[in-house]
Amino acid sequence: MVEPLLRVEGVSRRFGGLLAVNAVSLSAPAASITALIGPNGAGKTTLFSVISGFLKPSAGHVRYDGMDVTGEPPHRLARRGIARTFQIVQPFAGLTVRHNIAVGAHLRHRARDVALQMAEQVGREVGLGELLDRPAHTLTVAGRKRLELARALATEPKVLLLDEVLAGLNPSEIRAIVPAIRALATRGIAIVMIEHMMQAAMSLADRVFVLAEGRIIAEGSPAEVVADPEVVEAYLGHGAAARMRAAYGH
Amino acid sequence: MKAFVPIAVVVAMLATVPAFLHSNVVLNFLVVTLMIALAGQGWNILGGYGGQYSFGHAAFFGTGAYVTAILQMRYGVNAWLGFAAGIAAGAVIGAIVGGLAFRAGLRSSYFALVTLAFAEVLRILASVAPITGAGVGILLKLDLGTRSFQFQSRAIFYLVILALVAVALVIARLLERSRFGAWLIAVRENEDAAMALGVDAFAVKLGAMIISAAITAAAGCFYVQYFLFIDAGIGYGSWISIEALLTPIIGGTGTVFGALLGALVVKSLGEGAKLITGDIPGLDLMIYGAVLILVIRFAPRGLVGAVTDAYDYLRPAAQKRAVEAAHG
Amino acid sequence: MLSPLILLSAVINGLMTGAVYALVALGLTLIYGVLHIINFAHGALLSAALFAAFLAWQKLGLDPYIAAFALAPLFFALGYALQRFVIGPASHADDRNMLLVTLGLAVLIENGLLYEFHADTRTVELAYGFKSIDLGFTFVAVSRLISFVAVFAVALVLWLIMTLTDTGKAIRAVAREKLGAELSGIEVAHIYAVTFGLGTACVAIAACLLIPNYYANPSAGNAFVLIAFTIVVLGGMGSVPGALIGGLVIGVVESLGGFFFGESLGQVGIFLIFIVVLLVRPRGLFGASA
Ligand SMILES: Nc1ncnc2c1ncn2[C@@H]1O[C@H](COP(=O)(O)OP(=O)(O)OP(=O)(O)O)[C@@H](O)[C@H]1O
Ligand SMILES: [Mg+2]
Repeated sequence: MVEPLLRVEGVSRRFGGLLAVNAVSLSAPAASITALIGPNGAGKTTLFSVISGFLKPSAGHVRYDGMDVTGEPPHRLARRGIARTFQIVQPFAGLTVRHNIAVGAHLRHRARDVALQMAEQVGREVGLGELLDRPAHTLTVAGRKRLELARALATEPKVLLLDEVLAGLNPSEIRAIVPAIRALATRGIAIVMIEHMMQAAMSLADRVFVLAEGRIIAEGSPAEVVADPEVVEAYLGHGAAARMRAAYGH
Repeated sequence: MKAFVPIAVVVAMLATVPAFLHSNVVLNFLVVTLMIALAGQGWNILGGYGGQYSFGHAAFFGTGAYVTAILQMRYGVNAWLGFAAGIAAGAVIGAIVGGLAFRAGLRSSYFALVTLAFAEVLRILASVAPITGAGVGILLKLDLGTRSFQFQSRAIFYLVILALVAVALVIARLLERSRFGAWLIAVRENEDAAMALGVDAFAVKLGAMIISAAITAAAGCFYVQYFLFIDAGIGYGSWISIEALLTPIIGGTGTVFGALLGALVVKSLGEGAKLITGDIPGLDLMIYGAVLILVIRFAPRGLVGAVTDAYDYLRPAAQKRAVEAAHG
Repeated sequence: MLSPLILLSAVINGLMTGAVYALVALGLTLIYGVLHIINFAHGALLSAALFAAFLAWQKLGLDPYIAAFALAPLFFALGYALQRFVIGPASHADDRNMLLVTLGLAVLIENGLLYEFHADTRTVELAYGFKSIDLGFTFVAVSRLISFVAVFAVALVLWLIMTLTDTGKAIRAVAREKLGAELSGIEVAHIYAVTFGLGTACVAIAACLLIPNYYANPSAGNAFVLIAFTIVVLGGMGSVPGALIGGLVIGVVESLGGFFFGESLGQVGIFLIFIVVLLVRPRGLFGASA
């Protein structure tokens, strides 16, 4: 088997008395979409922050392309090819959409005009073509989510960590953005996406990891995971799986 | 090249001033104004483009001034070399202060405090150390001549400081058009987001601090050549820290011409007040304080921003509608 | 040979001075704890309060300790108004603007004083100004002893306000979680202004305690405030006990430092402590949480 592009090994992260991420292992191969799902407060964003270097793990390792990159600062990981988006969008509020994206493009292109050109191209790709000269703070939620995606893409990543980019979008907006994400995977990027929208996640993902209270409680194909009673319980509360089975008469 | 035309036009216009203005009083006013504009442009690189508000740029101004003076008076170094060394020394102090403060992750109030504290430490040290002339300060020997960077004519000093300001304007414009500048602005707008996009925020802020310190130090070097005197209260006093931040904030932070415009406005107000009420100590600074508050209240993007907004506002409504329609 | 008694008297002196530092720092840390900004106008307000105490004595013949009861509410109102009508509206909810506005106020107030009163130094002469108590090995001025006690009384009153009154509870709620407090119906602008008022009232009281053996001058407050910054940083920004302990510690450090190295180098020592604490442990020595 080929080594997956991103491999998380036994990562834990503690905040005071709270073990937000508890010995989590997962892997994401290139050219595929890996979904990370789980209830609120499960530790998904925290795990992303550890992978992208914003938080140091209390234990465990992050391997990228066979190298141990645990604890490296975010900018170095970005240079290596790990990009992330923020669940709470973080636009450069005072800059235009184009200049926002250009910051990402500058990572691989020194020249200003090249970066601006790239920004325009990436902006169009994610459907921001009409809004390129708008200040970022005037964008709607959907626009900001796209901007997060565009900036990350502009860094030409090999691993892309998407933190709830579909949340806050309406169904037609989701339908518009889903093929774009699919296309990125086809291009060879290893995508890891945190999603609350089960349906969208399930239809996109090749493989799903379920996190609850800091632990991976299930992993497998989307079909395997939805059939797992522990997953249903984690989402719907104690006894839910049994009640559901009873209700559906299985 | 087109981007540099406005700078060339403004500088060329200012350069003609001595041709028709011979009053020493006015020239002196303009020299001091440009010197403050230079110090302010230094602050603008770090504060305006980088969003790191220093309350202690006196640390760089004073270091530039003292190093220039000490090298000449105590070690007989040529004035031009002393000038260059003064700028370099300012940059070194900038690297030290910036390296420590940014490494410690200081932002906002904390960064303002630590810069202020560094300036104060230097002020107290300069007021007791023998090498800085302690409480007496350093008086430069009068030695007119190009070699010793001392000119009989105010007009020449005026052209010298104008040239320095021109360089500082060009630096700001280059910054705006470079990757480094894009990164610096990104750090100002959102440091975490910038880091996620591969920006080494520490290195970028440190770089900005060094450029910023060097420019403000140049203003200090010029001060000492012009007035031939420096002491702790002038070099490291809070007045220069305040004027350095006041000018770009009033003119418009993160803009090429903000500091220059701000310096002209601030200094004119100060002089105007003195003309009307006589030279009562405190009045000019009182006005600066009030103007600072008023500008932040009513024109938070400074005069440059206010002019841009007014232009946008006055633009024909039809044109505006067309633009908005295009943006959906 | 240094007699331990001389050292002890330096320590006692330091504690007396430190108490007043603590009071100035208390105002600063209170404002920081709630508004999350350093109030750069604190020093200028102290200078203004010193003049107010001086004028109360000169024009009205008020003893500074009596004047404190009038000046504290007066400066509370001043602080309230400054935050409510000047700093708040002018800063557009941006930290950096808030810093600049307080700096602008500092420049405005300090130079307003300079304009009005010139740079002369004014002192208050009180009948008991030179009275002191003999501790056997050293003398302690009565006025300094009074201020030492008064500072702890003020701290106690503040603590009672914070724990017993609704406003105090609201202040603590805003300090903890501004958004949450806002959602639960607390008027944040009002609470900010009250906090700023309390901080300014501390300064007024400090001025009344200081003036019997200090002086009024347009920049007199600055010396204290730079020290107060140090204390606030040392004690942990926003921590009230930190400000009290930090004040006493700095008072002693300065007194001993001045004793060993002379006045101005003693000051450098304080700034160096300040810088080192900021760089190494910006949460302060007593700062609890991140
Ligand atoms: N910086 C922090 N300090 C302390 N606790 C934190 C911090 N960040 C997260 N937590 C806690 O860690 C736990 C996991 O949070 P995290 O944001 O990773 O969850 P999540 O799975 O992303 O949830 P959501 O679906 O709501 O985004 C939560 O209990 C949260 O309160
Ligand atoms: Mg999350």
